[in-house]
Amino acid sequence: MIYEVFRREREGAAMQHAGSIAAPDGRFAEVYAREQYGRRGESEALWLVPRESIDEIAEFVDEFDLKYRRVDGYSIKERLKEARQRAGTLEG
Amino acid sequence: MPERSKADLLLALADDELLLGWRNSEWTGIAPFLEEDVAFSSIAQNEIGHARALYELVARELGTDADALAFDRSLDEYRSAPLVELRRLEWARTIARHWLYETADAIRLEALKASDDSEIAGIAAKIDREEVYHRIHAEMWVDRLLASEEARPRLDEALEELWPYALGVLDDDLRPELVRRVEAKLGREMPHVEPVPRGHHEAELAELLDEMTMVRRSAPAGARW
Repeated sequence: MIYEVFRREREGAAMQHAGSIAAPDGRFAEVYAREQYGRRGESEALWLVPRESIDEIAEFVDEFDLKYRRVDGYSIKERLKEARQRAGTLEG
Repeated sequence: MPERSKADLLLALADDELLLGWRNSEWTGIAPFLEEDVAFSSIAQNEIGHARALYELVARELGTDADALAFDRSLDEYRSAPLVELRRLEWARTIARHWLYETADAIRLEALKASDDSEIAGIAAKIDREEVYHRIHAEMWVDRLLASEEARPRLDEALEELWPYALGVLDDDLRPELVRRVEAKLGREMPHVEPVPRGHHEAELAELLDEMTMVRRSAPAGARW
């Protein structure tokens, strides 16, 4: 079995993916995760998740170019320029 | 526990941990799979760490240093139990030795933790906090091998072979507790055999000491690390 390991560096921080380990069952996984991701004091807590319990979504459709939904937004630079030209307030 | 000097008592424990650490480290790079390689090597390092702490304590008592105790004594001066001297590079035997040793060691540490000498009780408690994880590791492996049709007979054979050696890790008064714990785990009676006690050394020890002390012996006088 493959287990995905998440670790938290300090209390209050978010869990972050640390890596994965192969282990025959949960007991082995716990021992191995402790050795690989915990024994240097680098983690305050670990999460172990069997890879098969993870639901993956890896396909995202954006057929209609709805860029405004994206976190990076969409550029209004060109449209602003056009609007300024129409209004006659464009500088330079 | 029979009367023994503090240095003698701690040296027996230190020698066991040092030699077992070396024996376990023989799996580094060739353990059954990568995760186990990392885990077993780490356990080996822990044991050698315990040995260092114990040698430092004894060294203060005897006015020497930890390296001299670990590497400069003659073979006859080692107080190790023959169990840790054996070279058995086969996984079932390694797990059998690991589990028998950890089970015996837990009983010994419990006794030492109750010592009137606060230094002995303190270091035993400190070591035991790490040994907890070695025991978890040993138990999970024993359970796994016992549950497998192929592995069980191999583990059983190894346990039979090593049983007199395991008894030899402990003093007389602590042996019945080892018998009790091992029988409870395996669900069967262990054979009544003569222990292989400390004071006698296995042939493999000479070879191990030769390898272990090679760097120290070849270093020029006054070399510092």
